[in-house]
Amino acid sequence: MRKYSYILMLFGITAFLSSCGNQGDNKSSNGALSSSAAEKAYVAPGEHDEFYAFMSGGYSGNITVYGLPSGRLFKEIPVFSQFPTSGYGYSEETKPMLNTSFGFVPWDDAHHPDISQTNGELDGRWIFINGNNTPRIARVSLETFETEEIIELPNSAGNHSSSFITENTEYVVAGTRFSVPVPQRDMPINEYKGNYKGALSFISIAPDNGRLNLEFQMMMPGFNYDLSHPGRGKSHGWFFFTTYNTEEAHTLMEVNSSQNDKDFIAAVNWKKVEEYVKNGGGTKMPAEYAHNVYDEHTHMATSTMKKEVITVDPTKVPGAVYFLPTPKSPHGCDVDPSGQYIIGNGKLSADLTVHSFDNMIAAIEGAKFDGEAYGIPILKFEDVLAGTVKSGGLGPLHTEFDGQGNAYTTFFISSEVVKWKLGTWEVIDRQPTYYSVGHLMIPGGNSRKPFGKYVVAMNKITKDRYLPTGPEMEHSAQIYDISGDKMELIYDFPTHGEPHYAAGCPAELLAPNSKKIYRLSENKHPYAVLTPDQAKVERDGNEVHIYMSTIRSHFTPDNIEGIKVGDKVYFHITNHEQDFDVPHGFAMIGQNTSELLIMPGQTKTSLWEPKKPGVWPFYCTDFCSALHQEMQGYVRVSPAGSDVPLTYSLGE
Amino acid sequence: MKKAGLLMIIGPLFLLGLFYFPLWNIMLGAPQYPEPLGMNIHIDGIRDMNEFDLQNIDGLNHYIGMRKLPKPEEMWEFSTFPLVIGGMVALGVLIGILGIIGKLNYQWYAGWFVLMSILGILGMYDFNAWMVDYGTNLDPNAIMKLANPDGTPMSYKPPLFGHAKMLNFDVTSLPSSGAWMMFVGMTTTVIAFFVGWKATKKPT
Repeated sequence: MRKYSYILMLFGITAFLSSCGNQGDNKSSNGALSSSAAEKAYVAPGEHDEFYAFMSGGYSGNITVYGLPSGRLFKEIPVFSQFPTSGYGYSEETKPMLNTSFGFVPWDDAHHPDISQTNGELDGRWIFINGNNTPRIARVSLETFETEEIIELPNSAGNHSSSFITENTEYVVAGTRFSVPVPQRDMPINEYKGNYKGALSFISIAPDNGRLNLEFQMMMPGFNYDLSHPGRGKSHGWFFFTTYNTEEAHTLMEVNSSQNDKDFIAAVNWKKVEEYVKNGGGTKMPAEYAHNVYDEHTHMATSTMKKEVITVDPTKVPGAVYFLPTPKSPHGCDVDPSGQYIIGNGKLSADLTVHSFDNMIAAIEGAKFDGEAYGIPILKFEDVLAGTVKSGGLGPLHTEFDGQGNAYTTFFISSEVVKWKLGTWEVIDRQPTYYSVGHLMIPGGNSRKPFGKYVVAMNKITKDRYLPTGPEMEHSAQIYDISGDKMELIYDFPTHGEPHYAAGCPAELLAPNSKKIYRLSENKHPYAVLTPDQAKVERDGNEVHIYMSTIRSHFTPDNIEGIKVGDKVYFHITNHEQDFDVPHGFAMIGQNTSELLIMPGQTKTSLWEPKKPGVWPFYCTDFCSALHQEMQGYVRVSPAGSDVPLTYSLGE
Repeated sequence: MKKAGLLMIIGPLFLLGLFYFPLWNIMLGAPQYPEPLGMNIHIDGIRDMNEFDLQNIDGLNHYIGMRKLPKPEEMWEFSTFPLVIGGMVALGVLIGILGIIGKLNYQWYAGWFVLMSILGILGMYDFNAWMVDYGTNLDPNAIMKLANPDGTPMSYKPPLFGHAKMLNFDVTSLPSSGAWMMFVGMTTTVIAFFVGWKATKKPT
């Protein structure tokens, strides 16, 4: 058996190697006959794509929005990283978004976006994404395509098995990859085993406004909780997490955490835990974590430091958690659209392990346990196994579904996507990727209703795919048409940052709701000027507040005198346009921050601390109109202590 | 006689549509306005086609020195037109009723139609005169002062009827639903006249 799989594996690698030599050719079995790939990816000028694709930016900390099948980039949404393009994280209003219990953290590593669902189907209200490094979860509005909320997670480290949502958007779930002492304390690293904990966080989402609240954290044994996905349909109410390092190693992990033949998939019955907590269960524990909320009407974020979290010891809740033995340090943990199959992608293996939800329930009901780990029952591998996919590939990472009974798994080491059939486990097709694919994405592929027309493979290695740009390159992605029996590579494009996972949805779900402007009449910013005659300049000690408005093509006011060296000058700028796609920018010479890009009806604030006397110009950075070049102004800065009166004007 | 009178009552009632539906519509499309800006001219004021259209038209017009579009209180027409239309409806219905009970003959129907036509033409003339003023009486300090090839200042008067290319804009000006209802109503009164005329000819 084993020999057989190795032969297949070799075959797979050989096939891959030989395919590298002639990558320009079409790889489908139809060969040159199906040369319509270009047509399939082509979206004519002025036409719209069929799908939105939201790709995580990895170490860019942001989300990029692409169209499918064209691969065109529409927007980068700043989430966890300062973004000088719009002033996110630089403007006074958005600085609080990046506040944490460690202070201002201007960056993160964004991994797994997930779109909100209703009854297991995409509903297009919000998209969630995790910050891996300084554990955080963000919620992004899919009306404004802006980040509205970020919540930090205490007791977590390496927030990787995140941010996946339950099928009615009850919770966004976040797990810990690096187990740590809980609470954090000064202790020897080599006392890891048995002492460290892996927290699984359940963050509720208010159905009306999406507000996040950390409801409870399950304190699991100190394994690495790598990835997760919700149960759906019949398995709704459960959540599945892959683990590795059940060895609980703390050094030279690549060897020491790869010794056990099987790690676990942790099956968590969150409905049970939720009930337990509702009935007063769990322990209130002191904690410190930031909760940052952006208000669309005040155009401002506020950061609140939370002081407490409810932790749950899983052994205190009977039936809350079971371990499903899963071979070879599983990485991706994927649940098929019916909720019946739970796929463990054993990354050091050639095979995929598929567990059956029904088998799992039967084994639990029959109390057929194979021992326990830290008081958590372990089910017998044979009892829960539904089947094994003998893929012939090597290094399976992630699986998505097309809703037609097929699954698609990426193989990192053999660099390919393999299509196989749920239930029979037979391999139907395989296509090379360029190179070493990580996640893949089918729009709605993580829901009850996938839209199985395209699959996007997101690769970790680019090498020779595009014109070289020095040692550092963007990552490559490939789009395959999966509407036929065989997958067909139709497009190949570079992506920004390092997309890990992505989430896609039909364009018609979002496009009609996409906001065009913010209504000036609904602007509740405390420093907004709603009509140009409200524009003014006020001094309060050494703080100067400039209430400024913009409309094509001038600032009101545009001449300001009486500013002094040492002042803190706040430019509060309201864009009075109410026309789609007419932003105005603002930049001040020598300012130690970024520009602002202000959307119609919006107010943003920029801080300037003038250091030298003189007359200093500011200007609009967005080519807003035919008179954009005229859209400028001057600030006169006098030496500290001078008595030039504070004046402001326009057109005098 | 009854049938003609009934038509004479129904016809003017169509004019009530002018209180709800726009009389005229002007659309402005340009490369950077794939969704054109539009204004609906009602008998009591000018309104947005889509929210903020008027504000955005004014914003664009300021480059070429056009005045802002008038608010209802800034033009006597917008308070007078509703009275005229309301009066004409009442008059028409009254003529129809008196026609049915035999106090007036069918020639009054034609009389109403002629009066309404004269008022309509006067209205159109007034509307056109306003557009001429609006499109040619420009701010001398306008940002962009454009001239025709012969050196005369360019006019931005929208067409009264049909399409015109003005700088980067395609301007289309057409009667709107309210006007079509008025035409239907007026035509009905003409039919009323003919029906009444035929009815009087029968006995002879």
